[in-house]
Amino acid sequence: MGLTVQSMKRNSMNDVRLIDNSDNKYVIALAGNPNTGKSTVFNYLTGLKQHTGNWPGKTVVNARGEFKHNNKDYIMVDLPGTYSLFTSSKDEEVARDFICYGKYDAVVVVADATCLERNLNLVFQISEISNNVILCINLIDEAKKKNIIIDKEGLESELGIPIVLTAARSGIGMQKLKNTIEQVSHNKKRYEPNIVKYNSNIEKNIETLKPFLEKLNISNTRWTALRLLDSEEDVVPDKQLHSLLNKANITVDKEVIREQISEENYNYANKLKQNYVSEDIKKINLDKKIDDIITSKIFGIPIMLSLLGLIFWITIQGANIPSQILSDILFGFQDKLTLLFKTLGVSDFLIGMLVDGLYRTLAWVVSVMLPPMAIFFPLFTLLEDLGYLPRVAFNLDHMFKKSCAHGKQSLTMCMGFGCNAAGVIGCRIIESPRERLIAILTNNFVPCNGRFPTIIAVSTAIFITSKISGGIISALSITIIVVIGILITLLVSYLLSKTLLKGIPSTFTLELPPYRAPQIGRIIYTSIIDRTIFVLSRAVLIAAPAGAITWILANINIGDFSILIHISNLLDPIARMIGLDGFILMAFIVGLPANEIVLPVLIMAYLSTGTLTDIGSSEYFRQILIDNGWTYLTALNVMLFSLLHWPCSTTLWTIKKETGSIKWTVVAFILPTAIAFIVCFLTTTIYRLIF
Amino acid sequence: MRILSDVPVGDIVKVKSNDAKDSLKERLLALGLTNGADIEVLRKGPKNNLTVFRIRGAMIALRKEESKYIKIM
Repeated sequence: MGLTVQSMKRNSMNDVRLIDNSDNKYVIALAGNPNTGKSTVFNYLTGLKQHTGNWPGKTVVNARGEFKHNNKDYIMVDLPGTYSLFTSSKDEEVARDFICYGKYDAVVVVADATCLERNLNLVFQISEISNNVILCINLIDEAKKKNIIIDKEGLESELGIPIVLTAARSGIGMQKLKNTIEQVSHNKKRYEPNIVKYNSNIEKNIETLKPFLEKLNISNTRWTALRLLDSEEDVVPDKQLHSLLNKANITVDKEVIREQISEENYNYANKLKQNYVSEDIKKINLDKKIDDIITSKIFGIPIMLSLLGLIFWITIQGANIPSQILSDILFGFQDKLTLLFKTLGVSDFLIGMLVDGLYRTLAWVVSVMLPPMAIFFPLFTLLEDLGYLPRVAFNLDHMFKKSCAHGKQSLTMCMGFGCNAAGVIGCRIIESPRERLIAILTNNFVPCNGRFPTIIAVSTAIFITSKISGGIISALSITIIVVIGILITLLVSYLLSKTLLKGIPSTFTLELPPYRAPQIGRIIYTSIIDRTIFVLSRAVLIAAPAGAITWILANINIGDFSILIHISNLLDPIARMIGLDGFILMAFIVGLPANEIVLPVLIMAYLSTGTLTDIGSSEYFRQILIDNGWTYLTALNVMLFSLLHWPCSTTLWTIKKETGSIKWTVVAFILPTAIAFIVCFLTTTIYRLIF
Repeated sequence: MRILSDVPVGDIVKVKSNDAKDSLKERLLALGLTNGADIEVLRKGPKNNLTVFRIRGAMIALRKEESKYIKIM
């Protein structure tokens, strides 16, 4: 759910290798296995709000931030998580390229204290490239809970690099980390990492290659020699080196060498763990016991659906009162605003446009959209922080496999709940281009934060008949809508795999990270702040002007009717076929820049044709819909259409950027649109046959 | 010859060879599936396909399509 104000900034996708330290800033790279808390370390140091969450692959773009320590400036680059410098997924390539060929003054390798053996492999690899390596053993608080004890001094002398034990979430060890960064990046203290010595055959070949490399002025001879021995040529970009093995008369099986190197790295990691880390098996098995239930064949999917339903129920119930309060305040202010303008002598037309158009839409977006978002997202983030999302991927894998899609598509799908644009960017965790495209094209079928409140508002307005059961019914109906979205995702993925994007599922490895206690206070604080800023900025930038324009269209007449009614009449025949009306379809079209404005625009369109009275209460909203001929079918189809229709313009722009293809962007628009029309046409036809 | 995908839940086995190719091999090596590594089979998922293994202290889920390349002692 990587939607933050930060990640939406366009420049977050810039190539990090371009960072230069010309203005006396020290560049610090932050590397590490996926899911070790790199982003948390990054956020703590830079004060930025890079999205964090307990699942591998969440940071797919490099974030950069700055911090000051002892009057020195530092640029921090948060690299995507990577298990090794030799893997080939797109996000890992970014990390590899930066570590191997970027300019930096120090690398902080963040490692998970509860899984040190696996994490050390990357530490060894990076130590071969740079002398300025700092090992930040993070999540030390989690390790303590699991009775894992790490002999820091012993490990430090063994590795020959400085080690800092941290718990970035609570700030433990972070001052020490800053001091160590200063020491290492300013070369105040020289370190000589103890790098792994390989078997005699490999070492002999390195020695043979060294003179050749030295002659060519290659700086890091050992690392380059190793890569010539074990990698494809493109890992070493310098073309004159490619023929070096021939020149030196070395014939090796690169694959075998790579295997031996990995094996010896891991054997050493295992030895270090045996010597310097003590574990408590009982505590470690606790996660396994929880997973036995959460990911069990019988309970896994029912638990998942119940959790989703519960979240919706809490959202709906919890949003009621704040929504009411906000709308009382905001709409109460509307009359005062009108009065003020009147006394200032502003013309009626201008008052109408500014107050009834612009201000009212703004007030609507804030009072109706904000509370559910501010409740839904902390709850969802809670699950994310716990480490639940990879379990979802685990539970759903067999379905995605059957659709010939990538197993990680369920993770990108979950990101879509926050924002489809973020979900589309998140698809970078999928290596295979075919499956990445499928994930991108279908991401739209999970409702994003702009559509959730629309769906919630419609379902509460139409399906709540009694106060007690109403919340449950509407939570249930939203859960069903989401399940429909997931089924459509699977179906479309399957169809795409059999037609436009033929192929079989590619390889898939999924790490189930340890469960971690979420920091409830921080989650609530950051997600509410983040949502509020996001909603308010969208309200000002998009909803307000759209409101003003809609009002103008509703109040300028051509012939006997306003322009708005002309447009609506034009759309009405098509809209009726799919169980909507012309105004609804028009609102969806106007909502292209942001789905949040669909309902406010619709309400204004409805009200412009009738008389205006007090708006704001949910009863009144229900009344407006029913007065305009809404039935259960209309409500259902609005929810379905909202779920399935074209992506918003931001998402389309992101798809264009991510696929680099106009053709696929067009497909990304037409495909969901066609599906929305077909599905709504079917429900309408069936409904009319029955009733 | 035993392969990892046939090992029942609860067993701990040692890797004999990693016969995957190309990027899958890289990935599996990076996760620590090197010769001689200890692997515990923790749980089978729906359809008995996706299986959770403990590899180098981490819980990693692999499909049968991937784990079949790992020969065990």
